[in-house]
Amino acid sequence: MGASVRRIAAMVLRYWYLLRGSWPRILELAYWPTVQMIMWGFISQFMATNSTWVAQAAGVLIAAVLLWDVLFRGQLGVSVSFLEEMWSRNLGHLFVSPLRPGEWVTALMTMSLIRTLIGTIPAALLAIPVFGYSIFDMGLPLAAFFANLIVMGWWLGLLIVALILRHGLGAESLAWVAVFLLAPVSAVYYPVSVLPGWLQAVAWTLPSAHVFEGMRALMFEDAIRWDHLAWATGLNIAYMAAAAGVFLHYFNVARRRGALLQTGE
Amino acid sequence: MSQAVINVEGLTKRFDDTTAVDAISFAVPAGTVVGLLGGNGAGKTTTISMLLGLLLPTSGTIEVLGVDMLRHRHRVLTRMNFSSPYVDLPHRLTVAENLTVYGHLYGLSGVRRRVAEVAEALDIAQFLKKPVGKLSAGQKTRVALAKALLNKPDVLLLDEPTASLDPDTADWVRTYLETYRRETGATILLASHNMLEVERLCSLVLMMRKGTIVDRGTPAELLERYGRDTMEDVFLDIARERRTGGVADAAD
Repeated sequence: MGASVRRIAAMVLRYWYLLRGSWPRILELAYWPTVQMIMWGFISQFMATNSTWVAQAAGVLIAAVLLWDVLFRGQLGVSVSFLEEMWSRNLGHLFVSPLRPGEWVTALMTMSLIRTLIGTIPAALLAIPVFGYSIFDMGLPLAAFFANLIVMGWWLGLLIVALILRHGLGAESLAWVAVFLLAPVSAVYYPVSVLPGWLQAVAWTLPSAHVFEGMRALMFEDAIRWDHLAWATGLNIAYMAAAAGVFLHYFNVARRRGALLQTGE
Repeated sequence: MSQAVINVEGLTKRFDDTTAVDAISFAVPAGTVVGLLGGNGAGKTTTISMLLGLLLPTSGTIEVLGVDMLRHRHRVLTRMNFSSPYVDLPHRLTVAENLTVYGHLYGLSGVRRRVAEVAEALDIAQFLKKPVGKLSAGQKTRVALAKALLNKPDVLLLDEPTASLDPDTADWVRTYLETYRRETGATILLASHNMLEVERLCSLVLMMRKGTIVDRGTPAELLERYGRDTMEDVFLDIARERRTGGVADAAD
């Protein structure tokens, strides 16, 4: 018996019911990206008259914050949907049903995509009338940046899920803070060249650093840097495979320890 | 005796230096209700968790409906189900939403119709639009049972199905389970602390203590063997180690 689209859809439906049943949850998804975009929009306006670098590419900081939020929301979408099962002590019911771990993870990723789109599209649209900047002007490369960042969010989310399966809800705060550890070396708002040499080496191991360098190349030089896109994609494939292995390992550890039945608030 | 639907051999679970279940073996014949009886920490929930695949055993084998559960459990999970007061359904989802999600997970055709059927049968139709978190303990138990019966399981595993229920609701649940077994020929394994429940429902009782099966038999056989009038007294004899039975290791 292989993977079932119907079971994946059932789990997406489960998270969708939860989301649509609470307007504060939907509002929260769009709130932070919008506030961030507005703050960085005003910083951009100020910097445009005081920094030649920012003045060369209007909207570079807005684009950066919106794309960073794709990564953050992508990771959070996986981790929080998983935490919902922990909080509601529902894992026992789920895993005596025919649901397979891979189907569940696919549903978590699908829901992460939905949550990310709900969160970032309103902010991106609002930037057009408020700051006169449209991230959609990037064209097709935007789709590549988005895809790479959300996939990075997924494997990060999966690693956090694995850690929570191993250590229980005591590790749940990782879901909100872990991604920020990577922010300085992702070179979101500045080029990788700003970093010290040894940290640059670290940065180039992250798909996000390649995406943001590619974004700046597009905005400053109007050039599509295929090398950065290739690196980001290759790294994402490798990290996703590793994260899936780590997740499955800790899922089996949870089955050995009885954690699927006992975890909860 | 009819063919065994559940076959367990030498099942053992150790957590570090604690042995929660120690080399137990038993068989559950098709179409019967078998009770796992024992005090807190006897190993009942651990045993049921291993039967379902939620917990991996340290050693031993488990076959359900002829399938090796340690290797191929997904082949039979659509024919099994489970209910426990220790595992919740998502509180923020309504009863109908929860049952719909599980209906799809079990691959049912006509999910809406089946949800309506179980809601009618378990007298929860009036709660379908209520969030599970807003139900009383008795209502939640009936909803959990509705989820457990959605796929018309051939094998039903119930962990304390009437825990925290008032006598009226508990009696209603027992009657429902009796009717379900009679009408469908399902096999039920239930863990319980409730002696009346066990006497009423079970044709075979497995008495557990400290992770082992210390005795087994029909309720009438156990009463006779221990010279007691009630299963509660038999339970106390075993739990307090006043006496041990002599057939724990007998072949099924």
